[in-house]
Amino acid sequence: MTTKTNEQAHSRDMASLLFGDLWGYAPSPESTDHVRYAQRYGHFINGRFVEGKDHFSSINPATEEVIAEFASADEAEVDRAVQAARAAYVGVWGKMKPAERAKYIYRLGRLIQENARELAILESMDGGKPIKESRDVDIPLVAAHFLYYAGWADKLHYAFPGATVSSIGVAGQVIPWNFPLLMAAWKLAPALAAGNTVVLKPAETTPLTAMKLAELCQEADLPAGVVNIVNGAGRTGAAIVKHPDVDKVAFTGSTEVGKIIQRAIAGTRKRLTLELGGKGANIIFEDAPIDQAVEGIIQGIFFNQGHVCCAGSRLLVQESVAKEVIQKLRIRMESLRVGDPLDKNTDVGAINSRAQLDKIHELVQSGIDEGAHIHQSACHLPSRGFFFRPTVFTEVSQSHRIAQEEIFGPVLSVLTFRTPDEALKKANNSPYGLSAGIWSDKGSKLFSVAGAIRAGVVWGNTYNQFDPASPFGGYKESGFGREGGLHGLKPYLEVR
Amino acid sequence: MQTYRLPKIPTVDQVQVESRAAAFTTRSIKKGAKKAALELAIRMMDLTTLEGMDTEGKVQMMCNKAMQPMIGRPCPSVAAVCVYPTLVGVAKRALVGSDVKVAAVATAFPSGQSFLPIRLEEIRQTVAEGADEIDMVISRGAFLAGEYARIYDEVAASKQACGPAHLKVILETGELGTYDQVRKASQIAMDAGADFIKTSTGKVSEAATLPVTLVMFEAVRDFFFQTGKRIGIKPAGGIRKAKQAWQYLVMVKETLGDDWLTPDLFRLGASSLLNDVLMQLQRLETGNYQSSLYFSED
Repeated sequence: MTTKTNEQAHSRDMASLLFGDLWGYAPSPESTDHVRYAQRYGHFINGRFVEGKDHFSSINPATEEVIAEFASADEAEVDRAVQAARAAYVGVWGKMKPAERAKYIYRLGRLIQENARELAILESMDGGKPIKESRDVDIPLVAAHFLYYAGWADKLHYAFPGATVSSIGVAGQVIPWNFPLLMAAWKLAPALAAGNTVVLKPAETTPLTAMKLAELCQEADLPAGVVNIVNGAGRTGAAIVKHPDVDKVAFTGSTEVGKIIQRAIAGTRKRLTLELGGKGANIIFEDAPIDQAVEGIIQGIFFNQGHVCCAGSRLLVQESVAKEVIQKLRIRMESLRVGDPLDKNTDVGAINSRAQLDKIHELVQSGIDEGAHIHQSACHLPSRGFFFRPTVFTEVSQSHRIAQEEIFGPVLSVLTFRTPDEALKKANNSPYGLSAGIWSDKGSKLFSVAGAIRAGVVWGNTYNQFDPASPFGGYKESGFGREGGLHGLKPYLEVR
Repeated sequence: MQTYRLPKIPTVDQVQVESRAAAFTTRSIKKGAKKAALELAIRMMDLTTLEGMDTEGKVQMMCNKAMQPMIGRPCPSVAAVCVYPTLVGVAKRALVGSDVKVAAVATAFPSGQSFLPIRLEEIRQTVAEGADEIDMVISRGAFLAGEYARIYDEVAASKQACGPAHLKVILETGELGTYDQVRKASQIAMDAGADFIKTSTGKVSEAATLPVTLVMFEAVRDFFFQTGKRIGIKPAGGIRKAKQAWQYLVMVKETLGDDWLTPDLFRLGASSLLNDVLMQLQRLETGNYQSSLYFSED
């Protein structure tokens, strides 16, 4: 298909830097001996693991082997979960002293830290992301989110000075597969800190760490029903969204599903926050620190195989430096190590699912058909599992699909511009508005462009930096509502 | 003679270059890869003694260590010994018959604060004594005062004075203040004919670091793209542990590629690194750490 091998063609054409095997790294796989998980999971309702039905398998995308079976919750099971959440809200959590609530949330954060290694390995097994990312980014941020919001639990009145705040009730939360446990933390931590109870549904391709999180909720003695986790696919998600006793819906995922949810709850009392797709513009001005910008481009698009809603998937580079940037980008791609997610030296892991791999292939083919130039790294791909070569398209126009649609894979589209105004216009010329990056050594330019970009997150001379204290969310079809920071509390509070 | 003008070079972002350098330290180097790295590190080492108290006897013993780092197992010799000019003759004689090169720090090392004709004459005499490589220092004062053409002229004159000897230009990055300055100094040295650029004298507290060396790698890489010339790099000072050595090698491998994984283009300047590398090698083979008593201190 599109990933034709270019290892031979590669040879030494690129200014003759050779990234070969003169000194190769020995395999360094993280051991999976000590991780524990069940072969079959139902749901976690009212503080207990309960049996379910209609099981589906979650597979390891790097080996295509089944990891475990998970049940699909139907309307009745979702209803039990919502009832449990309601009872816990009314009976315990909603009236608990905030400082007591904080203790539970702190405890969850500490338990995450204590179990970090196991959680990181499971996250990489189930989702395909490199262990160095789950170990160094995902899991530490998960703990950080719980610890950060635990701190807010008894200070909510100070968060919104002059206002009276109270919790909302039962939150229904549906999360994606790209950062499974981190997205659970983003959803749970502020909801719990604000005094709400939760019914959460993890994505059907990555439910494993959510089940481990349920175990940690038990270990933390979290009162029964405060956190309920139901497994399943779209139908289960729909049952949560439509349940009449859910007060607030929070969804992270595709724009397409976000629109369905918005329609489904229109006219109800339910509050909604959506964090949807993106087509982030990463803008490189000619006065940028070029070598660091190239690294930022690499991190922006190949982090987590590009399965990042805020990925810098559209590179806008000033024409005067375009040649240099593209040359350096191609050279840098050659030293990316693609393969076994559990190997500690892997930079780019497995694509999350066959369906996603097919989607990436389809969009890459459209890029070729529309006349863009494809460049792929010459790395060896494993013979099993879902993998895709790091890919860069040059000669891309705004009118190409690969410049407009979210690919959600390790595929970068490079466009050029001549003036800051043109860069800005192109960056904003998208139905999405989640993230952007700006690279320039000139502070005044950086701030003026950042202020005019219609995106929820704008990074200056960096990319993909996350912190629980920093709000995250979209403009336009990238959604609404903010997660993280003080802003992230608001959707879970009644502010009077 | 035309006055040198610094060409346009990219700026360096401090935060990002430091985070990139830190990423190299997370590579997991195990088993065969570690053994290969340790042996490579020995072959790339400039075993150094630069003390006022250096004597012929000290240099003689260091040269023996350089040729035969370890008893009882096959072990490569180091790349070079690095000494003061007056001890070049001793080192040269001690190393007869081996591949180990003699490098000498010349040009009023470590400050460089002497008259240019004297510095150039020092180079000529040192080469006449038999030095294969000259490690010169740039005039940091002049550099910081923005006298780039003067730096260029001094390095070019030093290169000429070297004759057949290789020239390593010490930037003393710990005194330059910013990564942008490191990048500038690298450019000037390469433009003026340096065969190697080297981070530090080892005589100021901030010596070689990974980010500083990365900035120099990037300068070398761009120079190679522009001219086709491959310039060598030598981090020196503060590299004491085997782990640091392989972190530098990781950075070479992933930034400049295989062509630079050779003593011809990459050196580690160190006085106390060798025994830690040997100890790690021994541990890989036996599974145990040996007491330092079993590693000769020369």
